[in-house]
Amino acid sequence: MSGTFLTGMRTMARGAREEPRLFGIAIAGSAVYGAGTAASGYLVGRVTDRVVVPAVTGSGTVSTGDVWLAGATLMAVTVVTVAGILVRRIWAGMVAFALQASYRRRLARRYLELPLAWHHAHPAGRLLATAGSDVEATWQAMFVLPFALGVVVLIAVAGVAMAAADPVLATIGLLVIPALLLANIVYQRRMSPRVTRVQQLRGEVSATAHESFEGALVVKTLGLADEEVERFTVDANRLRDANVAAGRTRGAFEPVIDALPALGTLAVLCVGASRAAGGAVGVGDLVQIAYLLGLLAFPVRSFGWVLSELPRTVAGDARVQAVLRESATTPWGGRTFDDAPDAGPVPVATSGLGYRHPVPAVDPLDEHPDLPGQRARTAAPQHEPTPALADVTLDVAAGSTVAVVGSTGAGKSTLAGMLVRLVDPTSGEVVLDGVDVRELAEGQVAGTATLVPQSTFVFDDTVRGNIALGLDADDIPAGRRVSDDDIWRALRLARAEDFVTALPGGLDELVGERGSTLSGGQRQRLALARALVRKPRLLVLDDATSALDPTVERAVLDGLAESGEGTTVVVVAYRPATIALADEVVHLERGRVVDRGPAEEVAARDAGYRELVTAYARAAADRAEEAHNNKAGMA
Amino acid sequence: MSTPTTSAPRGGVLRRARELAPEFAVGLRVTLVIAAATTIGKLVVPIAVQQTIDTGLLAAGGPDVSRVVTVCAIAAVVVLITTVTAWVVNVRLFRSTEAGLASLRVRAFRHVHDLAVLTQSGERRGALVSRVTSDVDTISTFLQTGMLVLVLSLGQVLLATAVMFFYSWQLALVVVGCFVPLVLIRNRLQRPVATAYALVRVRMGELLGAVSETVVGADVIRAHAASARSWRAVDAAVEAHRKQAVKAQVATASTFSAGVVVSGLVVALVVVVGTLLGIGGDLTLGRLLAFLFLAQLWVGPVQATTEVLNELQNALAGWRRVVELIDTPVVVPEPAGDRVEALPAGPVDVRVEDVAYTYPGTEKVVLADVALHLPAGSRTAVVGETGSGKTTLARLVTRLVDPAAGRVLLNGVDARDLPGRELHRRVVAVPQEGFLFDVSVGDNVRRGRPGSTDADVRGAFDELGLTGWLDGLPEGLDTPVGQRGERLSAGERQLVALARAHLADPDLLVLDEATSSVDPATEVRLQRALEGVLSGRTSVAIAHRLSTAEAADTVVVVDAGRVVEVGSAVELAHAGGPYSRLHAAWTAQHA
Repeated sequence: MSGTFLTGMRTMARGAREEPRLFGIAIAGSAVYGAGTAASGYLVGRVTDRVVVPAVTGSGTVSTGDVWLAGATLMAVTVVTVAGILVRRIWAGMVAFALQASYRRRLARRYLELPLAWHHAHPAGRLLATAGSDVEATWQAMFVLPFALGVVVLIAVAGVAMAAADPVLATIGLLVIPALLLANIVYQRRMSPRVTRVQQLRGEVSATAHESFEGALVVKTLGLADEEVERFTVDANRLRDANVAAGRTRGAFEPVIDALPALGTLAVLCVGASRAAGGAVGVGDLVQIAYLLGLLAFPVRSFGWVLSELPRTVAGDARVQAVLRESATTPWGGRTFDDAPDAGPVPVATSGLGYRHPVPAVDPLDEHPDLPGQRARTAAPQHEPTPALADVTLDVAAGSTVAVVGSTGAGKSTLAGMLVRLVDPTSGEVVLDGVDVRELAEGQVAGTATLVPQSTFVFDDTVRGNIALGLDADDIPAGRRVSDDDIWRALRLARAEDFVTALPGGLDELVGERGSTLSGGQRQRLALARALVRKPRLLVLDDATSALDPTVERAVLDGLAESGEGTTVVVVAYRPATIALADEVVHLERGRVVDRGPAEEVAARDAGYRELVTAYARAAADRAEEAHNNKAGMA
Repeated sequence: MSTPTTSAPRGGVLRRARELAPEFAVGLRVTLVIAAATTIGKLVVPIAVQQTIDTGLLAAGGPDVSRVVTVCAIAAVVVLITTVTAWVVNVRLFRSTEAGLASLRVRAFRHVHDLAVLTQSGERRGALVSRVTSDVDTISTFLQTGMLVLVLSLGQVLLATAVMFFYSWQLALVVVGCFVPLVLIRNRLQRPVATAYALVRVRMGELLGAVSETVVGADVIRAHAASARSWRAVDAAVEAHRKQAVKAQVATASTFSAGVVVSGLVVALVVVVGTLLGIGGDLTLGRLLAFLFLAQLWVGPVQATTEVLNELQNALAGWRRVVELIDTPVVVPEPAGDRVEALPAGPVDVRVEDVAYTYPGTEKVVLADVALHLPAGSRTAVVGETGSGKTTLARLVTRLVDPAAGRVLLNGVDARDLPGRELHRRVVAVPQEGFLFDVSVGDNVRRGRPGSTDADVRGAFDELGLTGWLDGLPEGLDTPVGQRGERLSAGERQLVALARAHLADPDLLVLDEATSSVDPATEVRLQRALEGVLSGRTSVAIAHRLSTAEAADTVVVVDAGRVVEVGSAVELAHAGGPYSRLHAAWTAQHA
């Protein structure tokens, strides 16, 4: 608890330092609110003494003007207090939202910088939640912190006002404040694990629902709906029980926090009556203290709100900082290719390339020392035990086409990504045009070599935006800027011209999440165009034509062959027709190069390769033979 | 949910709550009675103030301290009792509402699975998840924090007003005259706040969309060095969200301040009008001072309900979304009582009679005039271009969608008359994206037939000739597949999905490009193994590669939503029609 408190307050202090001006204004407004509220209580007492009591009991003379003046003074204090409240609330929101925005920007920058190996070890949903709800949770306490600080001013001023009325009654009255604080602290202590549990179970309900809906087709096709409902009911009922448990604690707190000032007021009345009977205090003093106690009851809760938000601050910040402090980087070198972009194909080579997939990352909350219910884990291994690639040595001459062939899970995609430096090898090196890719400056590899991945990603943007991906921006140097003509040329090459022309908006048609949906084949053609518009000197196709119909694929590949003189091509493929375009094939199995060389030679000596590539042809031949035998048998 | 302003639509919402989850109403009457009694506790302080002053300090025969002590002692006992009853009310409410919400959640969850597959796909999935999670959580949060405030506030305000009128009707009118206009314009003040927050949520959606591209599209962004474009998009979305959030904050703060201004005004007016009334002898000092405390009983509820009404709006919106989901008609409904038929045992004979299919709510004809007969035990392959309607045909046969015209007969029974559970146990489809759950390989396959043993699961792999692949996994059957099965390759996921379908032991198996990501050698081996295990069953394969078509008894060629050719692969290859062209392209690639 105290660990959470200190850590959380440190985070708040950091936020205040990052937005000092906004935070300062919020605090100033809150101080005005605190002082103004206490002053109104003090004034009620004074007005009672000097105006109300003499006027009503007839113990003094009070003019109508005095009465109105008293009312006007009270109203003036209210106006000042309201101004304080407005400033406090608006600027507190501005601080919190500014911090949220700033951390979201930083996170997005980090996501864009961090190496893909890091991305592969972190579930996308988790990273998205960090930028969304974790950032929000981190700064939620900022909305109430200025309020709580203003309440400190309120208590101080009210304390002085009470003591001025009567020290004895003030002491009795002020005992209510520590009692309220104590109630708040006890409540937060008991509540915090219950709230954590509710949050955790909400996460589980969400995960179950998400997975179940994502697999809805499978659930339906296997008639598993009843089992899924059963699974979800267990989760939903656990959450229900946790909510009721939290409610039981919360349900006790509210009445207690209402009862304490009431009991305090009654004690003040009781003691005050005997002191008034003895002449030590007047009715006004009594009213002043009772009234101030009433005013304090609600604002003192703000301490409780801050306390209740701090565990979320700590949890949210832990996840945010885990990303921001992540040391993994893509270390760029300083070397550049000084040739013009269309300087022709480049050679690429690898030697002794090895790679192990990273193991999935642990949620930073599981290891956080300050959070209740979490236990530290022993350090997990960084990489999976079996290598995805081992000792892969290749040599692809400039302008040549190499086909990488291998069975499911052989490591082809890993190799493809490594050639364009999407991930770095755990051992060995990739040499692009004679330079280790790790020595090249940022942007150099991507400016030279382009990969079309197996699964295509379509951005929530226009067709043009999806293909240019920023290369049509005004700040791009003229030599590299992409025009609509360039885009149409790339679309033509990728055999995507017809369907884009047919879209109502053409190049301006919104595609992706909120735009028109494209078929798998259309998406692949868009991804191809996206690569081709960059006129890459090395083009890596990772099974990038798999969703195309045979005839379309053929046309795309023919187009590439015709215009591909300026490009070195590495293509992951199975189809003999694709392989036929290659000068050389590399047969990869279980992360190792089994054989390489011209297709006919490899086919001649490598039985595994033959089995892969000629599988369909042999199956057809077998079938023909069977059919023939059957006929012969029947005859 | 017992808001003071139960208008007609809201009444509908409440009635629907009771219908959907009767747990909400359990013990509600008793709870409300205790709650009403509890509000008396709030009146203790003002009455004690009045009694202390009028009958104690200003008693006719001089200050009467013992009377004050008695009054305060009784008051303290009332405070303590109502503290306990308030706790009892809280716990009772939490228990019934949480029980209601849990059953509502499960109802909504089941309904999502009952809805047609079409409505579940794509971008709507995230929205559906939030129906059973955050939308229900919003209601829960409101019920736990806001609802009691609303219920107790109402009682508190009514009682306080009654006491005020008893003490001084003139002063009571002043107080009520200040607060009632505030309550009346509150709805108007609230409207811009609600609009502002609705926009904040829209901006947040856009923000998350922009950020998700940096995460989900990381590979593509890196491969094309397009990060500048992405961070520009994120920056713009983040800034738009921040601006809108500040706007909403200003609107809320202004609404809140209106309440503070009015309460300050009330105190000032009570002092002025009360004193003037007191001078005239119409009001005792104790009653006048009690008004200062009674007026506070209005301030709390008026202030708190401004905030609580915000939450109420959210909760009602969440509620409406959940109920809308549950009330969404199921496009593929279960047969009604008297129409339920059983699917006759044995391999399934499929008849498709003059079927047409149109996407719901559109004019787009996906399939038209399709008539096919697939005899029991036959193997059929469906080929055609992307978008020709192949997958829709597969969905019609497995009753994932219903035809717009015509009917699909399984063993002579209209598919619409078969209970979903029985149908899907006997008619199994393997989609292209064979979704895997985040459990082990073995447990994924086991979902095909719940309760089957490890030996059964291993047997399923064995019969498909996949033992070699299984043994190559680091932990065999116990290998975890990760979220969505992402620790396996696309091809490996398809292998697990096939084993799962095989273990389900269906009488009709529909494979929708179920081996499209598997390498050729494995695919050919699988094809062989499938031929073995499928003997005696009916099968339909939507084929991406013509190798699949060649293994079938009958090939159906679909083009632009119509069946254009039916025949054996060998016949069609030489018929000079669309299949011949596909065949020629295929042969050119694989020769």
